[in-house]
Amino acid sequence: MAKKISFTLNGKAVNFEVDVRESLLDVLRYRLGYTGVKKGCGVGECGACTVLVDGMTVDSCIYLAVWADGREIRTIEGIAQDGELSVVQQAFVEEGAVQCGFCTPGLVLTTTALLESGREYTREELKRELSGHFCRCTGYKNILKAAEKSLEAGKRQCEE
Amino acid sequence: MPYSVVGKSVKRVDAVAKVTGKAKYTDDFFERDMLVGKILRSPYAHAIIKSIDVSKARALPGVEAVLTHLTVPKVKFPTAGHPYSLDPSHRDKADRLILTDKARFVGDSVAAVVAVDELVAEKALKLIEIEYEVLEALTTPEAAMREGAPLIHEDCEQNILASRGYSFGDLEAAFSESDFVFEGEYETSPVQHCHLENQVSYAYLDGEGRLVIVTSTQIPHIVRRIVGQALDIPWGGVRVIKPYVGGGFGNKQDVTIEPLNAAMTLAVGGRPVKLELSREEAMIDTRTRHAFKFRIKTGLTKDGKINGIYIAAVSNTGAYASHGHSIASSGGGKFRYLYPAQAMKYEPVTVYTNLPVAGAMRGYGTPQIFFAYESHLDEIAHKLDMDPIELRQKNFVQVGHVDLLSKNRILSCGIRECVAKGKELIRWDEKRELYKNQSGDKRRGVGMACFSYASGTHPVSIEVAGARIVMNQDGSVQLQVGATEIGQGSDTVFAQMVAEVLGLPVEMVHVISTQDTDITPFDTGSYASRQTYITGMAVKKAAEEVKAKLLDFVWGMTDIPAETLDLRERNIVFKHNGEVVMPLEQAAMQTYYDTVFGRPLTSDTSNNARVNAIPFGVTFAEVEVDIKTGKIEVLEIYNVHDSGRIVNPQLAQGQVHGGVSMGIGYALSEQLLFDEKTGKTLNNNLLDYKLPTIMDTPDIGVGFVETEDPTGAFGVKALGEPPVISPAPALRNAVFAATGVALNRLPMNPQRVFEKFKQAGLI
Amino acid sequence: MYDIQGYIEAESVSDAVALLASNPRLKIIAGGTDVLIKLRHGQMEGAELLSIRKIKELERIEQLADGTIVIGALATFAQIFHEPIIHNNIPALAEAAVSMGGPQIRNVATIGGNICNGATSADSASTLFALDARLRLRSSAGERVVPVQEFYLGPGKVDLKPDEMLSEFLISPAGFRGFGGHYIKFAMRKAMDIATLGVSVMCKISGDVFREVKIGLGVAGPTPLRCVEAEEFAKGKAIYAETLAGIGRLAVKSTNARTSWRASREYREHLVEELTQRALHVAIVRAGGAEIG
Repeated sequence: MAKKISFTLNGKAVNFEVDVRESLLDVLRYRLGYTGVKKGCGVGECGACTVLVDGMTVDSCIYLAVWADGREIRTIEGIAQDGELSVVQQAFVEEGAVQCGFCTPGLVLTTTALLESGREYTREELKRELSGHFCRCTGYKNILKAAEKSLEAGKRQCEE
Repeated sequence: MPYSVVGKSVKRVDAVAKVTGKAKYTDDFFERDMLVGKILRSPYAHAIIKSIDVSKARALPGVEAVLTHLTVPKVKFPTAGHPYSLDPSHRDKADRLILTDKARFVGDSVAAVVAVDELVAEKALKLIEIEYEVLEALTTPEAAMREGAPLIHEDCEQNILASRGYSFGDLEAAFSESDFVFEGEYETSPVQHCHLENQVSYAYLDGEGRLVIVTSTQIPHIVRRIVGQALDIPWGGVRVIKPYVGGGFGNKQDVTIEPLNAAMTLAVGGRPVKLELSREEAMIDTRTRHAFKFRIKTGLTKDGKINGIYIAAVSNTGAYASHGHSIASSGGGKFRYLYPAQAMKYEPVTVYTNLPVAGAMRGYGTPQIFFAYESHLDEIAHKLDMDPIELRQKNFVQVGHVDLLSKNRILSCGIRECVAKGKELIRWDEKRELYKNQSGDKRRGVGMACFSYASGTHPVSIEVAGARIVMNQDGSVQLQVGATEIGQGSDTVFAQMVAEVLGLPVEMVHVISTQDTDITPFDTGSYASRQTYITGMAVKKAAEEVKAKLLDFVWGMTDIPAETLDLRERNIVFKHNGEVVMPLEQAAMQTYYDTVFGRPLTSDTSNNARVNAIPFGVTFAEVEVDIKTGKIEVLEIYNVHDSGRIVNPQLAQGQVHGGVSMGIGYALSEQLLFDEKTGKTLNNNLLDYKLPTIMDTPDIGVGFVETEDPTGAFGVKALGEPPVISPAPALRNAVFAATGVALNRLPMNPQRVFEKFKQAGLI
Repeated sequence: MYDIQGYIEAESVSDAVALLASNPRLKIIAGGTDVLIKLRHGQMEGAELLSIRKIKELERIEQLADGTIVIGALATFAQIFHEPIIHNNIPALAEAAVSMGGPQIRNVATIGGNICNGATSADSASTLFALDARLRLRSSAGERVVPVQEFYLGPGKVDLKPDEMLSEFLISPAGFRGFGGHYIKFAMRKAMDIATLGVSVMCKISGDVFREVKIGLGVAGPTPLRCVEAEEFAKGKAIYAETLAGIGRLAVKSTNARTSWRASREYREHLVEELTQRALHVAIVRAGGAEIG
């Protein structure tokens, strides 16, 4: 069953025919080639497939593609601007928050959403907001450091 | 000697690719018209397949092929990611078929479908009709070893795969000379690697009819060999490509899906077929960590000197051997270095059961044996009324010690310094005193545990590693290695080593991260914490060869003898004063385009290591125990490692963080659970299998004691696996200190702690 | 790809109930965090889905003039957690909401789905029980309002007829005004987990006696439940440790926990006794009482 949908993908308008049976993950990865969206479990347990839907983090594996209709979707491919790493990406690189890299796109997107929320988070709140991502490589330590650094850097940017 | 790049926290060479989503993993590549493969799994733990009817499945539109044991080669093959051995008696057990004719665990692959998409494939699986003769499910080693139990594999009596151990010295004499002989029993549970990227591969026949397999593996060259064995085709007819890998931890040091994937493409005339395991499948039908039961006896003098050690172990390997008895052997072997006693006897038995297959997992048998022995030592210290640290210090190995059996020599040992550092970090003495007499509902304690490990597998297996360097016109280089980057950071460390030797900035060392068995030099892969030590030496040798060739070339250009020259900061300089002779780029251009002497510089080096440097380390932990609920909270945890020289502190710390986190999960929450009657896995998903989230993970402290091992490039020793070894016993010992209750079975989850506290009268 | 055979989008509640009436095979999908996972695991096949995602009125959380709090079935856990009406009046529900899954799940999972799923482990359920929440169920024939306690019929079974849909939860001020409440989720992990036990308590005090105590438990029986005996016992009792211990002991009497591979009955009962008291310690302070030493 096909359905035409229109959405914004990393700032560009997309008109696309999807099968109602497809998840947003399926469409982004296998139909549109946005392979930065990773698949680690398929049932919303690992967070690797996180994308931003209208600025909100969503596990794209359990989000039907038809639901993207009219929405603004962002993937990891849309985070660096003009080849420049974003504040969050830069922080992940600098803090050594990347190992195998499979959880990284999702975590960068979640951190980006936190940064863009403009809210301040205590360390415990930040951990709670990052808790929808499993990582088996890093013990989360440098991820947390990177997230804290991102929010600090974001705050500085706002103040400037 | 001070280094300019080695020892610095340079950024990962793949970090930018990974934060931008550009890093490509196996499933990120596409072949046109790729078909999908799916596996039918046995619902029974132990059953003979009487008949299979695939006609309905085959008739389903969209189904391209149905495979069963009747249609795939019937060649038994081993799956462990070990180097091949020319000695048949030293080879891994060949007990696996691509598709089995007898189900040996719930989830065993009994048939497979290739179809146009996954929904069709799944529907087809349901149409395959199989008649089983159900046998008794043997879900424990005790049941499997029982007299008269059915045999899981016909050639293994009592279902015992192997029982080779070791013995040296006169243990009876050692015990009789001891003032005390203590005994204890300990048990660990099966756990799973839970790398974020599940096993995935795709395979096709290329234009020349060669089999190409792109796969998420730690061991591309071994995959090539085993696929060749399984399909009974020449090994050179197989090409294996390994892109970025989303974690492995040993689970991808095994050949799991590739032979079946290869059979699938052959069944459809070489059309590309993708075989991807779901998380639920990966948690059943890849590998687990062997569960062990230990019985230990230690004889000591009254001042705490260990005279003799006896360890009996039962290791549950599940339905197929995979790494099998190597796990028990290796654990026992690596254990020997820490507390050399005059006499020791190790009696391990590895047993088949009708459970998912156990294989390699970070630490390879050592987390189990060190949990047992380090717990045992704390009980001894308690009984002797001795500080646990003091007891260990009396028994630590000394530099110069030569292991009687492996002949490996300890050339560097920083365990004493590691312990001293950890003790200070956690404020041991102060807290031991503070937490002495507690009675409330929340009690705190500090504990510690030590380990020894190895760098690679010498002398058990061949340790061969290849590195290739090509210098470009601008003086930058490409580095190719056969060892695999799977997240641990080896590519970055190799880049640093090359940069150090060639006087280049790291950015000018381009590491080809993809391994392709047609192109990359031979290396057995990523396992045994061997890359920095074994492959690192190959990389260093390759870089030194390029350097020597380059300086020779410059000698020819300038008449300045090569031995007076050096490479620094992209220049050829005089060694004695650093004065620039010429820019590197100028020389490099000449190597390409000098009409008479031009000959681009390359090196293709192989290193066969017959040495093994022993790394050491310790975990210190502080816990708070909620007596009423049985919950254990980790307040502080520090791992201090002697891994020789640290090439990249930030990456090394990252390795330790991940290992400690995995160790905390092993200690407190993780366990793959099975129904004892049916053998069915109960929690094969990330919701029910309790690997820690960020909220469950405390701040992890890391320390290094940098010794310099002469056998490692730049003085390195292994680091990859060691961090996971000692957290569990350290946490167990901290709980013991807090409550006086000995939790000798992992994991120490609330249910189990509750039961023990109840027995102990704390609740 | 999901094994979906049909997908219709309802524009309004009346549209949705008309569609339900016309096709009893339709399965409502909202956040999708239960339905899609069931499809993925093959527990549902060839689903014909009726999406209610576009029905804006079901997303609302508001307080009526009489003080009743209305929570639309489509309110997400993230929305509930961040909603001042919830924080100010029934913080225990905010605690329950934020304990559920992880952030990405909370962004899409709805409270309606959580309850209609019928699981005893539903994170919102024990608190809705303690709050005496009522459910408004709509069908083409009209509507009915059912107390949450009566909505649960058994494990995975709720009193929702094939042509009915849940539109909102109603929480009367009598259920929360003057009460202090607290929710404890006891699980093996601090996030991304299902409860081993969920304990939600509400208490109203005057001076140093309990006027009313309400205890809702999840995973203490086949459905969420209330601890009536313990609640009766508490009425009028002085607030001190022994009373709490008595409440804890009696709370166990209302439970019917089972031994599973997740936890033993004995352990769950022990947790009921212990955690009911711990939750009360916090609730008492929130109700204006003093901390019990």
